[in-house]
Amino acid sequence: MINATLKALSQQLAAKAISSEELTGQYLDRIEALNPEFNAFITLDREKSLAEAKNADAARARGEAGLLTGVPLAHKDIFCQQGWKTSCGSRMLDNFISPYDAHVVEQCRLAGLVTLGRTNMDEFAMGSSTENSWYGPTKNPWDPAAIPGGSSGGSAAAVAARMAPAATATDTGGSIRQPASHCGVTGLKPSYGVVSRYGMVAFASSLDQGGVMAQTAEDCAMMLNVMAGFDRRDSTSIERAREDYTGQLASPLAGLKIGLPREYFADGLSADVARVIEAAVAELKKLGATVVDISLPNTELSIPAYYVIAPAEASSNLSRYDGVRYGHRAAEYHDLNDMYEKTRAEGFGTEVKRRIMVGTYVLSHGYYDAYYLKAQKVRRLIANDFVAAFKQCDVILGPVAPTAAFNIGEKCNDPVEMYLSDIYTLSVNLAGLPGMSVPAGFAANGRPIGLQIIGNYFAEAKMLNVAHQFQLATDWHSRAPAL
Amino acid sequence: MSLTHQDVARIAKLARIAVTDQEIEAVGLQLNTIFGLIEKMQAVDTTDVEPMAHPQDDALRLRPDVVTEPNRRDAFLAVAPKVENGLFLVPKVIE
Repeated sequence: MINATLKALSQQLAAKAISSEELTGQYLDRIEALNPEFNAFITLDREKSLAEAKNADAARARGEAGLLTGVPLAHKDIFCQQGWKTSCGSRMLDNFISPYDAHVVEQCRLAGLVTLGRTNMDEFAMGSSTENSWYGPTKNPWDPAAIPGGSSGGSAAAVAARMAPAATATDTGGSIRQPASHCGVTGLKPSYGVVSRYGMVAFASSLDQGGVMAQTAEDCAMMLNVMAGFDRRDSTSIERAREDYTGQLASPLAGLKIGLPREYFADGLSADVARVIEAAVAELKKLGATVVDISLPNTELSIPAYYVIAPAEASSNLSRYDGVRYGHRAAEYHDLNDMYEKTRAEGFGTEVKRRIMVGTYVLSHGYYDAYYLKAQKVRRLIANDFVAAFKQCDVILGPVAPTAAFNIGEKCNDPVEMYLSDIYTLSVNLAGLPGMSVPAGFAANGRPIGLQIIGNYFAEAKMLNVAHQFQLATDWHSRAPAL
Repeated sequence: MSLTHQDVARIAKLARIAVTDQEIEAVGLQLNTIFGLIEKMQAVDTTDVEPMAHPQDDALRLRPDVVTEPNRRDAFLAVAPKVENGLFLVPKVIE
């Protein structure tokens, strides 16, 4: 059961081969056994989880079960969930029990999914390794010396170790795709606006997007059906006709044009990753796809543009953490300003403070035009590159990260080195396009490597189709570490 | 461009984050490396390029000015550090 996909679990529950209570209990037992080592979960509550599972079984008995009723799910600790600690991996929210549900959590609850627990993450989603968590790092289930990636490292590790069949996650600069790649699971970030950000703790509002990790593209499609859709409470939520994201999975790939950006295959890409991506492309050609050489000339500029825009938006979003209405408040202070300054110095970790300061500077008087406005113009250039590229191809393929997962502690002292490894994922967020990572092989050291699939705006179904067909022809996605 | 001790102290003040002198030194060094990275943008010609604030260029959606949410004051006060009579308590601001 533990290795079952969402699809298989859904069928087992429908056939009454197992109850949600039993199934949830099995996952909770596995979490109890593995989480002390891997630290994928920040918060667990066996009673609450089993109560949800029993409700799901009761709903099924009443004939009211849906496709995913009773299926267990983990939530990244960034989605507000009523009655659960919602920490965002930060000391600032360590005492915060959310009084409401995020749209994503509400949608999952209405679909009958059962909460297994809340997963670890880089603090306020700022990081690519899950080393920036107040709750300690999460270890990669494939190799405990390795990072799981970040910021959704807990969600990726939970699925990789089969502590959960699926987990919600978020992606602002690669935080779904990169940990999915490093942990050998399938991850999906939809187009900006497809999944409501209501109740999703904000990092960079023009970049943040909720998504999912699971074993397969088909599972991700089933979850996207639950999570996607217009929500008037998110002013950037896109209003468009409802779509069944599983609808195009079975389409054959004959005639598909795959764009390979030459900038993604230059220096800096490790031999391991190049080998895996080349093999994956060859596999897709066997399935009938053709390759088109494309160029995304402004790729390198995505790093400075992102590291101006994201910190700028973060500095604004994180100004709400002032010790007044929720979260940490310093114990001693002599006036209001002192309370703000001490609360924020104590509540935020080093990387968060660093990014807030960068953001504050680039938005400050005298620097706004040179930095923030300039970055927004560069953003336009990057988005234009993709619009031009998609005139020549249907999907864009490439690596997710320059290397497989590095070791815990290897890069955490050099922020810039960490930032440089985001090169293949950032521009997708800047442009607002959908992106996926699918397991495609392993490095010589046994650490997983994912293939990135980038779709055109609102073409999640096509992207999922390519991923699904790849997964029918290969078995990388069904590998799991022996735990 | 290089940030001075003064610059870092000023930014910390604007961001309302307390920093010690040692922290200012350490943070200053790291911020300078980050700004070195950001400088690469300056080399690009962006004349006549429209800034892109976010992926949807449409104007923000408006809605009628009517109450749509229930009053959940007690639930929201329950998560606050210090409250009294339905109000959030903070150190005195007005002398």
